[in-house]
Parts: sequence; C-alpha cells; structure tokens
Amino acid sequence: MTPALRPPAEPYALQVHGLTHRFGQNLALDNVSLAVPRGAFVVLLGPNGAGKSTLFALATRLYDNVSGEIRILGHDVRRQPMAALKNLGVVFQSRSLDSDLSLQQNLIYHASLHGIARREAKHHAARALAKVGLAERAGEKVRALSGGQARRVEIARALLHEPTCLLLDEATAGLDVASRESVLAMVRGLVTERAVGVLWATHLVDEVDAEDAIVLLHRGRVLFNGRGPALLKLAQAESLRTAFLRLVGKDGGGDVK
Amino acid sequence: MSVEVIAHRFGLAGYATCFAGIAWREVLRFLHQRERFLAALVRPLVWLFIFAAGFRQVLGVSIIPPYQTYVLYEVFVTPGLVGMIQLFNAMQTSLSMVHDRETGVMRTLLLSPFPRSFLLISKLAGGVFVSLLQVYVFLLIAYFWEIELPIIGYFTVLPALLICGLMLGAIALFMSSVIKQLENFAGVMNFVIFPMFFASSALYPLWRIKEANPLLYEICRANPFTHAVELIRFAMYGQLEPVALAVVLAFTAVFLTAAIYAYNPSKGMLARRGEAG
Repeated sequence: MTPALRPPAEPYALQVHGLTHRFGQNLALDNVSLAVPRGAFVVLLGPNGAGKSTLFALATRLYDNVSGEIRILGHDVRRQPMAALKNLGVVFQSRSLDSDLSLQQNLIYHASLHGIARREAKHHAARALAKVGLAERAGEKVRALSGGQARRVEIARALLHEPTCLLLDEATAGLDVASRESVLAMVRGLVTERAVGVLWATHLVDEVDAEDAIVLLHRGRVLFNGRGPALLKLAQAESLRTAFLRLVGKDGGGDVK
Repeated sequence: MSVEVIAHRFGLAGYATCFAGIAWREVLRFLHQRERFLAALVRPLVWLFIFAAGFRQVLGVSIIPPYQTYVLYEVFVTPGLVGMIQLFNAMQTSLSMVHDRETGVMRTLLLSPFPRSFLLISKLAGGVFVSLLQVYVFLLIAYFWEIELPIIGYFTVLPALLICGLMLGAIALFMSSVIKQLENFAGVMNFVIFPMFFASSALYPLWRIKEANPLLYEICRANPFTHAVELIRFAMYGQLEPVALAVVLAFTAVFLTAAIYAYNPSKGMLARRGEAG
C-alpha cells in the first residue's frame, strides 16, 4: 500500500511502513505497515494491549520510532517533525482539556500552539464549536460539560488548525451509547466533507461498518488489512464480531463487546 | 462546506504567538486556582511575620553589602523568602508537568509543530511569570510591614527574578523528570526544597555559617539557591553581584540543556518509559 513514488498531491494522510518498537524485552509493534488515504476512514481494530496506543505515541512523537517510518502527508515524523505535526490532529484516549478554562480559552491555547494569532483563533474557535454544536457554550468552563460534549470539544480542537490527518485513540471511551454514536457519525462526516484521512482506533467491533477499511492489530502485528467483506471471508464468519473473535482468539477478545 | 484557509505562522510571529499562548495559559490557570495563590502568599508571610520577628532577637546581622547600615532581620530575610516563593513555584510547575505527561495535557502541548526545546522553555517561562505575580504581591504586603526597598529596586529586581525563576524551573524540571521518587510533593519538600532552602544564604549570612561549620559553609556556597538569593538581594538595591549572576547563568544553561535532553523523544526518559496498549 505504500507508494514508491510520491505524486505531487500527496494522496496519503498517513503512511506507516515497517514499524517495529519494543519496550525492553516486550515487542509492542512488529513490522507494522498501514496507510490512510486522504478522505478515507480507516478503523484500527484491536483488543487492549494490541499496540494501538504505542502506534499513536510514535506517530505523535512522544518517543521516536527506531525502525520503520511514519509519514504524515508525506512528511517523515522523525525527520521533518514540523511539517508532519502541522498536518496532524489527534484526540487522545485520556481527557486533555483544561477543566478550569472555558471552551474558547482551551481552543485559543491550542491555536497558539500552531502559531495562529489570537484574533484569528477566536474566529476559528467559534466556527469549530459551531460545527460540533457547542457554539453557545463557548464561554463556559469545560468542567460544566458532559463526557460526550467534552469529546466533541476535543474533536473541534483537533480540527481547529485544519489538519489533513486525524488520529483518534478510543475516542468513545467512557461515553454512553447516544454520545458514542453522535461522535462517530460526526467523524465519519468529516471524512467526506473535508477530505480528512481518519485513523479510528478502537476495540469495539460495533463501531465498525460492514464496508469499512479495517486494519486488525493483535499483539503488535497486523493480522488483516482490507475491507469488512474480505475480513468476513478470511475468517469464514458471518459477522465482524465473530470474525474478530476468531482471528484474535479468546485470549485477546475477552473484553470485546 | 467551504474550507477557509488558516494562517499558520511558523516564522518569528508564530513563535511569539506560541510563547504568549503557553505563558498566558499558565497565568490563567494559576489565577483560577485561588487556594494555590493563597498558599503561595501565606507561606512566606508566616516566615516574615512570625519566624523573622522571633528570630530577630537571636540573630544580629552586621553590616554586609549590599546593606549600608544595620538592617532588621526581616529586611535581611526578605530576598530569601522571595527565593523561596520562586523555589516552591518552580517545583510545583515542574511536578505538574510530570503529572501532565501521563495524561493528554502534556501530549497536547508536545503535538505543537514548534521545536520541543522551545515549548519547554515557554512552559518554564510561563511558570516564572506566575512566580513574578506571587513575588510582587508579597513585596507589596512586605512594604506595609515596613520592608521598603529603594524605588529603583522594585524594577532592578525584575531581571534577577526572571533568570532565577528560569534556573529553579530548569533544575526542578530536570530533577522531577529523572528521579521517580520525587513524584509526590512530600518527597520534593524533604529532598529538594528544605535542603536547598536551609543550606543557603536565605536565612543567615554566610559568614555566620562559616564560623559555625566550615563544611556547611562550602555546601552553602555550592548551592545554586544561595546564588539566586544573593542575585535577588543585590538587585533589590539596584546592584549587580557578578559572581552570583555567573553562577545562576551557568546553572540555568546546564539544567535547561539537561531538561530538554530528558524530553527529547528519542533519547530522554520518555523513550525509556513504556506504556501499555
């Protein structure tokens, strides 16, 4: 899936090639390759401990990858961090808003991290909040929001600087069913509206649509890379859930819902 | 939907925006934490109102520069208490950075396209601005306690506070990054703040320590906090202590480099810490 030559308009939001990472003796990622084209929604599916968070940590440069490469819009994360990070938006699994500050203050702070001047940031913050349906609450403290609303603010924040690549790590963790569905629908909408390439990491099979592009990660390895129907065929299963359980086995699928 | 073009600025103006944004957040957060502001003020004031008043009878301070006359113990101890404010604040800022690292807050900061070293320095500078707020409110209260500096001193102390704050912040950040035991504040109090504060010229002039214990005197002289206090003390009277300045600058450079190294994604402690998932 990795193109040998890069055409002028970079078609891939994210490319991961031959990525291996270990913590001491523990092999967290083993020769992982995947690609997210612009305007595509790719599910990174795997049980807890599969290596999803490690992949996110490397893509966001919490630490550097030693072997293999990660490209965001064609820019190597390690060699051209500025160009790569400029095009990247991330929603982390853990909450990352300042609860004492207002929604608007949180977004202006984030904009400043991308060199966007204050006055312009205010304008874009209002626009981003309107997009996630929270425009009226811009002046309220984050503390006053529900879990689902806070997630929507985090998504608004991740999109504020108009990234081409959006990574979400278990973005629906801790949300009730209705909020989960609205967050998921919103992100899927972005893909078609803005041609953003989305990598959606989850361990919940029911967040995957039958036709979705799926990368199945288990114990640091890519077990499957393709569309839903092909996954069903490979596992000789009738539902994605059964296919997932068959491929990752009982040990890894214990917490699948 | 039309997509507006966003003006990313990564030139000088972009750096300035980023720096201002990070510093602004630090100050804003501090102003929201009223308990922290109160604690930061009460601590040195207790020392000033109670400890210094009692100690005044025990310890006579002779005429040593920058003082031109006999001074009350309260006056002598004021620069030390200003240093203490900055020391506590530095430890709190750095400790919160270590805690934040585990959560999304620090990772959000590190997602900025600007260089890591610049982000960390901006973050430390934000902490220094917070300490300036604390120091000037303290000096204002001290003024009504009849600890009056020459007017010029309130201005000349500013650059000294900036650089001392940066040095203490860098030391604190480095230590809290590499020493795991310092992850709670009790450990920091016992192993960092108390030794640095007591083995310094904050509470007593060094010549008195020399009479009492020559070894302790040498320890005090090697303590960067001593030099921070002396730099602040002289600056309060519009004077420059060159040795203190040189030592503070050197410590700032060394620990800033070390702290930046600790946050380097491929080399520092981030790389060594594994995480599940």
